Amino acid sequence: MGTQEIIERCEAIHEDLNFTAARDWKAAEPGRHVIGHLPIYVPRELIHAAGMLPLGIYGGGDQMEVIQGDAFYQSYICRIPRSTIELALTGRLDFVEGMLFPSICDVIRNLSGVWKLTQKDTYVRYMDVPQNYDKEIGGRFYIREMQELLEGLEGISGRKVTNEDLLASIKLFNVNRRLINQLYAMRIEQPWNIPVTEVYLLMRAGQVLPVEEHNVMMTDYIAAIGDVERPQKDNTKVVMNGMFCEQPPLNLIRSIELSGCYVVDDDFILVNRWLREDVKEEGDALKNLSDCFIDHSTRTSATYEPSEELKGAQLVEAVRKSGAEGVIFAAPSFCDPALLERPMLQDVLDANNIPNIAFKYAENTGQMQPIREQAGTFADSIKLWS
Amino acid sequence: MTTEKKAPVDLSKDVQKDASQLLQKEMIRGNYERLAQAEENHKEKVVYTFVPGNLNELVMCFDVVGNYPEINALQSAMQKKTGAYVMEAERAGQDEDVCTYVKADLGMMRKGNIGPAGKKLADPDLLLLSYTGCFTFMKWFELLRHEYKCDTTMLHVPYQGDGEITQSMRDYVVKQLKEEVIPALERTSGVKFDIDRLREHLRESAKAEDKLVQVLESAKLKPSPIDSYFGGLYYVGPTFSAFRGTPECTAYYDALWDEVNERIQKGQGPVTPEGVMTEEKYRLVVEGPLNYTHMREFWKMFYDEGAVVVASSYTKVGGNYEQGFRHDPDNPLESLADYCLGCYTNLNLPSRTKMLENYLNDYEADGLLINSIKSCNSFSAGQLLMMNEIEKRTGKPAAFVETDLVDPRYFSPSNVKNRLESYFQMVDQKRSAA
Ligand code: SF4
Ligand code: SF4
Repeated sequence: MGTQEIIERCEAIHEDLNFTAARDWKAAEPGRHVIGHLPIYVPRELIHAAGMLPLGIYGGGDQMEVIQGDAFYQSYICRIPRSTIELALTGRLDFVEGMLFPSICDVIRNLSGVWKLTQKDTYVRYMDVPQNYDKEIGGRFYIREMQELLEGLEGISGRKVTNEDLLASIKLFNVNRRLINQLYAMRIEQPWNIPVTEVYLLMRAGQVLPVEEHNVMMTDYIAAIGDVERPQKDNTKVVMNGMFCEQPPLNLIRSIELSGCYVVDDDFILVNRWLREDVKEEGDALKNLSDCFIDHSTRTSATYEPSEELKGAQLVEAVRKSGAEGVIFAAPSFCDPALLERPMLQDVLDANNIPNIAFKYAENTGQMQPIREQAGTFADSIKLWS
Repeated sequence: MTTEKKAPVDLSKDVQKDASQLLQKEMIRGNYERLAQAEENHKEKVVYTFVPGNLNELVMCFDVVGNYPEINALQSAMQKKTGAYVMEAERAGQDEDVCTYVKADLGMMRKGNIGPAGKKLADPDLLLLSYTGCFTFMKWFELLRHEYKCDTTMLHVPYQGDGEITQSMRDYVVKQLKEEVIPALERTSGVKFDIDRLREHLRESAKAEDKLVQVLESAKLKPSPIDSYFGGLYYVGPTFSAFRGTPECTAYYDALWDEVNERIQKGQGPVTPEGVMTEEKYRLVVEGPLNYTHMREFWKMFYDEGAVVVASSYTKVGGNYEQGFRHDPDNPLESLADYCLGCYTNLNLPSRTKMLENYLNDYEADGLLINSIKSCNSFSAGQLLMMNEIEKRTGKPAAFVETDLVDPRYFSPSNVKNRLESYFQMVDQKRSAA
């Protein structure tokens, strides 16, 4: 299969607010269940090991008209909770039996309560993760959180999840992680051949498809990259940061590239890149997941950085590793975590002489021209002064 | 008062203060003086920490002086200083959308860290980050650490997602206290932790908490002798901050209870800045924080209409005592954990909704009013649903006003007043229909 065919499929999945692919998966066999989760990180291995499909829910994007959702949220709250509740109120999530709300911010945290109050037939869990990175303290707490999640999932399926089930799922998700890392590494090498929009669409497809299918899709895409050779431009390489939750419209991502930037790293979808190393494939599965979380988590605005020296270190590392020449901060309007984090990261970048700019967006931002101009000027100025 | 219903807002008169209020003022002044002294002679170590889930009893075991940035922000807002602070922080790169408490604090720091008492506050030796019920706290202290480059210790308090405190949550908090927080306080202060000292403070806390509950529950009487929102702010002040666990704090609550009790005996209403309220026309439950930049003006909009707040959620952010929790000297660390886990914004939305519904019933209130704070996601996200739920469950009218804690740009007196007036009319209509 060629890259174009794969990306067309991904685009269809991305645009489909009825989640037909996930519905079809569920309908294919009796006893299948789908568990939704909001952005940033949940241990999807557990859902998979319970024989269920983890479905990443990233709001309604720019194609959905939000009507009822606006009655739930004041104008000064970001858009993702209102479009997510709209998805539920319009029946688009009626096949989802459980919803997980990761520990990311107060809005998603409170959305778990909105779900509890309005979606009474759904299993709802706020998924806490430790901010304490000591295995004996935070690690233990996290294992207990995962055990409670497993108990909840077992309650839905009526089937016990064994350690073997978990280890098998860990193996599959390790493969997925490696493929994604491989793709990201390849993009650094040849960004003109692997446009940011394609990487993004592949990531989004991985939020809807079963991991087995996504692994095949990723393998096929990687294999097919060599078949196309697109013209190489004198674009500026940038890392994008701040978009880990409410997603920018696809057109906005495209505009950045059209403005003269190659995006060589990003934090659009973190759930499948959160663990920066493989999870151990033998022994106690929950402990392995917990250990990996403690030792190899991505640092974002939703996490506490215990060490001032390490603040922003992962971002600087991403810049260095990818050969980026600058950073574009893009954050959803009213996103406290991303916006509070930004000045600290900017300081770190400034101290490392890494140029950066910042703007805000919403998932339904329609006006691309100002963003394109801003990014274009940024790219030009880097070329001019470097 | 109700008799001068349409009187123009006149804030020139002197505010009347009870003896307990003067006592509290003195306590606060004393703490600011300690912070100023710590800056001048460096004799005492300084620990910055937050109100919700504060570990004041523990902090006091180390002979350090506590500084509460939110208290500074609200005090500065009452002195009309925070507009400039917020703008200073925005000039320095903070976004217009983020929590204004953070910006007021950062702005104050950038302008020389001159505290509300007019003296420079000592820089922190330790940032004790316990972020009960709000993620912004976590970034707030990261931002402070970024400036001060000082030692930081964090206490992660899990959220009550399912509306309960589990043993796993409690164990996690206790373990952090033992292995992270206490060693950090020992390191900073050079004082060894003494659990018996902690027990003593906790015993003292429980006494004050009993009295605080007694005061808050007096609002069940008609007329209510207290206002549980505007007045409530003063009533919770000592237990929510640097004084809980001290004999002075207990003495404050004894004095407060005497005053409230006297008003009960006389059948009097609450004390407002313009004296005792003469007629109780509306009994309200309020959800959400206060506005501090125009507090007196805001309060006047209530008491001019004869509206008294009989219960509020804001007075539960620094401890939820009405539901039975008390600091317990027999289980010191566990009770600190339960305290942190139980603060209001650490409750999930269904629990918050239920609590407000109970208030409406138990305090025989006429309705619910939500003061939605523009920059506070922790409180605000989900409030519209809570409002509808409570209206549905109780049949009582609910309304919504929007202000901010410390950013004066977001307080529009005419909007708030209009909203309140139509709300009071709604309550009247409901009554006449009944
Ligand atoms: S966009 Fe930001 S504030 Fe909104 S839900 Fe996501 S992380 Fe929270
Ligand atoms: S967001 Fe709200 S609860 Fe959190 S620090 Fe700001 S004002 Fe306080």
